[in-house]
Amino acid sequence: MRDDRIPVDLLVVGAGPAGLAAAIAARKAGVTSLVVLEREDEQGGILNQCIHNGFGLHRFREELTGPEYAQRDIDEAQALELDIRTGTTVLDITPDKLVTAVSRERGIQVFAAKAVILAMGCRERPRGALAIPGSRPAGVFSAGTAQKLVNMAGYMPGKRVVILGSGDIGLIMARRMALQGAQVLACVELMPYSSGLNRNIVQCLQDYDIPLLLSHTVVDIHGRERLSGVTVAAVGEDRQPLPGTEKYLACDTLLLSVGLIPENELSLSAGVQLSPATQGPVVNNLFETNIKGVFACGNVLHVHDLVDYVSRESAQAGQAAADYLLGARPCFLRSRVCDGQGVRGTVPQLLDIPCEQTPETVELMFRPDRVYQNHHVTVRTPDEVLLSQRRMIFTPGEMAEVKLGPAMLEQARGKTITVEITKEKQA
Amino acid sequence: MYDIVIIGAGVTGCAVAYRLGQYAGRVAVVDQAHDVSAGASKANSGIVHAGYDAKAGTQKARLNVKGALIMEEYCRPLGVPYVRSGAMVLGFHEEDRATLEALYHNGLANGVKGCRLIGREEVLSMEPRLNPQVLLALDVPASALVSPYELTLALADSAAENGVQFLLGSRVTQLAYQQGAWQLTTPGGVLTARAVINCAGGDAGRLHNQISTRQVHIIARRGQYYLLDHNRPALFTRTIFQAPTKMGKGVLVTPTTHGNLLLGPTAEDIDDGADTITTRDGLKNVLEKARLTFPGVSLRQVITTFSGNRAHEAGGDFIIGAVEGAPEGAFEAIGIESPGLSAAPAIGDELGDLAALSLNLPKKTDYIAPTPLPKAFSAMDEDERRAAYQKDPDYGRIVCRCEQVTEAEVRRAIRRPVGATSLDGVKFRTRAGMGRCQSGFCSTRVMEILAEELGCGLPGITKSGGKSWVLSGGIGKADQDA
Ligand SMILES: Cc1cc2nc3c(=O)[nH]c(=O)nc-3n(C[C@H](O)[C@H](O)[C@H](O)COP(=O)(O)OP(=O)(O)OC[C@H]3O[C@@H](n4cnc5c(N)ncnc54)[C@H](O)[C@@H]3O)c2cc1C
Ligand SMILES: Cc1cc2nc3c(=O)[nH]c(=O)nc-3n(C[C@H](O)[C@H](O)[C@H](O)COP(=O)(O)OP(=O)(O)OC[C@H]3O[C@@H](n4cnc5c(N)ncnc54)[C@H](O)[C@@H]3O)c2cc1C
Repeated sequence: MRDDRIPVDLLVVGAGPAGLAAAIAARKAGVTSLVVLEREDEQGGILNQCIHNGFGLHRFREELTGPEYAQRDIDEAQALELDIRTGTTVLDITPDKLVTAVSRERGIQVFAAKAVILAMGCRERPRGALAIPGSRPAGVFSAGTAQKLVNMAGYMPGKRVVILGSGDIGLIMARRMALQGAQVLACVELMPYSSGLNRNIVQCLQDYDIPLLLSHTVVDIHGRERLSGVTVAAVGEDRQPLPGTEKYLACDTLLLSVGLIPENELSLSAGVQLSPATQGPVVNNLFETNIKGVFACGNVLHVHDLVDYVSRESAQAGQAAADYLLGARPCFLRSRVCDGQGVRGTVPQLLDIPCEQTPETVELMFRPDRVYQNHHVTVRTPDEVLLSQRRMIFTPGEMAEVKLGPAMLEQARGKTITVEITKEKQA
Repeated sequence: MYDIVIIGAGVTGCAVAYRLGQYAGRVAVVDQAHDVSAGASKANSGIVHAGYDAKAGTQKARLNVKGALIMEEYCRPLGVPYVRSGAMVLGFHEEDRATLEALYHNGLANGVKGCRLIGREEVLSMEPRLNPQVLLALDVPASALVSPYELTLALADSAAENGVQFLLGSRVTQLAYQQGAWQLTTPGGVLTARAVINCAGGDAGRLHNQISTRQVHIIARRGQYYLLDHNRPALFTRTIFQAPTKMGKGVLVTPTTHGNLLLGPTAEDIDDGADTITTRDGLKNVLEKARLTFPGVSLRQVITTFSGNRAHEAGGDFIIGAVEGAPEGAFEAIGIESPGLSAAPAIGDELGDLAALSLNLPKKTDYIAPTPLPKAFSAMDEDERRAAYQKDPDYGRIVCRCEQVTEAEVRRAIRRPVGATSLDGVKFRTRAGMGRCQSGFCSTRVMEILAEELGCGLPGITKSGGKSWVLSGGIGKADQDA
């Protein structure tokens, strides 16, 4: 090994809520050699541009803005004297955990880490990925970019706005643009339901009289230099545009809120296996990936709706990384968790259930593939039903979770576990 | 008064300007767009065709083969990405054998070296991801890849360093010969020159017809593409064509010099050559045809779609040289559709020399050889990166995360002789914003750097010049008049 490698026990990539919670938990569990790398100049991740409130209801039982929520973790990290290096971009991670980063202050730094926590968050799906036909003028932004422009730079991206996709960022930005005096003509959603949180539909669209066009999409983009309008059309059940339903909306801005993609380029370079369902790493109940000592949490693992759950999950990942480093790991049997009927992207995908101690309760998180009312979440092994709980509503816009207690885990040890949504209660 | 004005800053016009940079004289390039390489030269397949395709005996065949032979040497001093990738033309049916044999013989007649017909097994061993139903292929080892806009930009830089002026954002509406000089009418005034070289791509026919008794007819033929993210290892290392059939020309699947995968293009005749839209049907068509070559293509990998227009002349060949039926001192490159990129080095050298000789311009004694483009940070190894940072700490700041472009590179792009003045300008010079997030992450930072370097406010920044404004105004500040 070259002598300019910097040895470190735990390296955390990203100082958003996930990275911060993981680092704080690891430090509290006794890890002293720990570095957090963050490419932005500020800690706090995407929360810094989320100046609306609604954060922290579960974790702090208070309604905080994004920056306020982040500040609590930043303060705690500071009190613990964590080594957090901002303005530092991680460029590469190898399977043997050599982490290359660069910053303006220190140039190229290569860390030789014993454990790594991936907490890089996610990015927005751009227009190109949807291949919306038409011209390619200025004025087409992802909703998050617009949010950054308005909330961080203090500039408006336009005055007459159409929003494609009803993800939460799009909904929040509909309200933000309206509050700032822009005319928001419509929020256009391909699916027959919104992928955003219900509270956002009420507070961001309905309260501002912004129409939500479900089962519609943008089929054409017009304008040579700056956007001059979009053509919107209804779609059929196959989600293909219905001829004859086209409508032209004159606008100068199109905001896209069409999905978030976990940012896993570094994970891939480290040899981490990804799940096609979540586009994040495949992990076990300790949030460990297929590469020993490499953990993942937060939006890089799977896209969350609520930061509270990001913090909770990430603290568990931080604790697990500490256990890994401090050598406390019992023997276990592995169970595989599969998506059944109606369920997508269950995390964790693997459960390593200890053999000689009582297992700790595990939460399985997943998204329903469409809206279900008065259905049951059923968890089963090939031999038996572990649980079947009724829920009023499942919607793709809200991550669902189900807890497996110690007794159920002991029953499931080493078996394949399936999570499904069923109409009837299963026995 | 200029000695020579070149109309059009595409790869043709810039190759001519690059050649003329070696001569002493007052030379300018005028383009309606706000940057060089804004036309067909930024939206094409980026293939240096070996020359088996163009009909033997045509200008296209001659200039294609000549250009392709010198392209590697041409790119080297400029530091422009060039990859000798090779190509294949696939046949799926017994009928295709005759077509491929004809191409093979046409290639021989044009002087293309190394082509051979190969069978299914060899084809699949060379490119394992191809449709296994392939029957045979023409293997074309001489085919190569070049980055078309980087070539054009580098040619422009070198020309500018040697005194060629670039007058951008200035459309020539009228071309006329009066009082012994050429008069070019632009919105900003009339330019006069002893000689003009019409390299105006899709608009070259209109300008030609203003000055010549022999009319030409340019047809805009659109080509639409899908661009896919890079994969390591690459899915394909060669350009894969399909043998033309009764059903049409097929589409190609090709890596780019940066390792992305390009699918396309369509070929549709359209009315307005300035329109570079993509259409639902066009893209569908590309995908269906590309699946024949590459059944495993995944739209999840798509990062963008785009289109470019070929300037097809009704006669089907390039028209190169002094303008027939016009007063002296008029030169042109008309109908420069594919393989115009491959031919550009040859066209630039020939047309530049021709115009310079006609005016008896002497060669420069103080010619400045081109400065090669520096290696991209993303392509450097660790030691090169450390060294780059030692020289300029702005290499320590990543601006574009997808393509790992540093602040040093963005600043340099703006400071180049023909520098970037817009987001797209930075994008084509550095790749910042060309990656999978399509500038969602870096655009705000690039705007800040542009504003700093250009000495304007953020609202003054555009996507591609003109009225392509990005911001409508500040919050609590006066609105921009848009
Ligand atoms: C617009 C928007 C609105 C939201 N609204 C709400 C809400 O109302 N209520 C709520 O509870 N939740 C909300 N959320 C969700 C919540 O903000 C996210 O779930 C949470 O921020 C995810 O945390 P994270 O740490 O995983 O990711 P991020 O916050 O994205 O942090 C990831 C960090 O990693 C850094 N990073 C990435 N790659 C690298 C690298 N290569 N090198 C160094 N650093 C790197 C990034 O710069 C970033 O700081 C919202 C999210 C968004 C985007
Ligand atoms: C879809 C497609 C695929 C192709 N693939 C390949 C390939 O793989 N290999 C290959 O060798 N070739 C290919 N080509 C051809 C190649 O791209 C062109 O031959 C080449 O780019 C032409 O360059 P140009 O400079 O002549 O034209 P352009 O690049 O179009 O430049 C003309 C310039 O003139 C300017 N202009 C026009 N009118 C005026 C005016 N009145 N006043 C001022 N400025 C004006 C325009 O703004 C433009 O910048 C392809 C072309 C297309 C469209």
